[in-house]
Amino acid sequence: MKGIEVKQVTKSFDKKMILNGIGMTIEPNKIYGLLGRNGAGKSTLLSLLVNRIAPDTGEIRLDNKVIRDNDEQLSKMFLMSEVDLYPKNLKVKDVFKWTKSFYGGFDEELAQDLCEKFGLQTNIIFNKLSTGYRTIMKLIVALAVPVEYVFLDEPILGLDAGHREIFYNALVETYAENPRTFVISTHLIEEIANLIEHVLVIDHGRLIVDDETEKVLGEAYVVSGPEDKVDEYTQGLNVIGSDKLARIKASYVFGSLDNKPISDLINIDQMDLQTLFVNLTNGGNENE
Amino acid sequence: MQFNFNSSEPIYLQVAQQIEDAIFTGGFKEGEQIPSTTEISKEFHINPATVLKGMNQLVSRKLLEKHRGVGMFVAEGASNQITLNRQQNFYNKYVIGVVKEAVRLNINEEDLKKLIEQGYKSI
Repeated sequence: MKGIEVKQVTKSFDKKMILNGIGMTIEPNKIYGLLGRNGAGKSTLLSLLVNRIAPDTGEIRLDNKVIRDNDEQLSKMFLMSEVDLYPKNLKVKDVFKWTKSFYGGFDEELAQDLCEKFGLQTNIIFNKLSTGYRTIMKLIVALAVPVEYVFLDEPILGLDAGHREIFYNALVETYAENPRTFVISTHLIEEIANLIEHVLVIDHGRLIVDDETEKVLGEAYVVSGPEDKVDEYTQGLNVIGSDKLARIKASYVFGSLDNKPISDLINIDQMDLQTLFVNLTNGGNENE
Repeated sequence: MQFNFNSSEPIYLQVAQQIEDAIFTGGFKEGEQIPSTTEISKEFHINPATVLKGMNQLVSRKLLEKHRGVGMFVAEGASNQITLNRQQNFYNKYVIGVVKEAVRLNINEEDLKKLIEQGYKSI
């Protein structure tokens, strides 16, 4: 099978379980959104996927081969994260060169084009860049590196609206030109909601949503109207949260509506991804 | 072309709807090439697969034509077909809603007819 298979992966730090029995598949040439509250286990999962850390139990395979200590498989993946793994005092252009020698290739044309668009100077020591520009440099590396699987952990950290726009455009353009898999972990859900084909939600170390975005949203509804009518309608449905203003209520339903007859007094709309996410993960966070 | 997305419908249907609107209002002319999936995808930050799915809806309705290796073109007769289609859906999409709301507001059939006549005069 082509793709990444994660089987029953568990990971603890200091006796605290961070990931609990994660099983999923990441297919080639798709854009994934990895969503979770702070401390939900997103970064840990991404680090496991590229073998930066090893799972306590379970295994991860890429194209049927275990990734652990398998350089050939690992060279097909790239993780952009908050951690800086480059030697200190390296200039931006040297980071590009370093990446090229490490991954056996680098799209220099794309990198140069993006440096111009973002206004990133390549003669500067990357440690001296501002938070935003350090993110930008790492993004450029992630988009220019010749791998089949790109993992982006908080790729827009510290980026202003204009720079985020440039990033989303660059992402779509490079994806259209050279399809490969992107797994994007971000808190700005609204901005990527229409970009991601598949959504993964992690909550308290467990994978609670793993499906096509369209399908997930097709089963997520906001039922609103007078409180008694809304409650009557949503009885027996999977209500994941609600908001109330006086006697007007909005209930969030995730799952089938069972073809119930709908009262004229209530409205049913599709929920957006952000609202769905917030309501699915609002049980506080014990990993914090 | 003016894209205005909301969350009440799947995005691919909205893509199809917006392109249909642009054909209907003459923004995209018959025989003309429409923007590529990548262009639309880039402009509105929508997954290219979603854009393509929306376009394919219009291809199967024969409003768009796929020219291999070139792109998507507005089919001849597309505008007329959209008009015909919208006429057929007019009752379900608008009339039923207007009548329901009129009933809720205690506006009887006679009064509603008068309002419609008034509406015609004002245009």
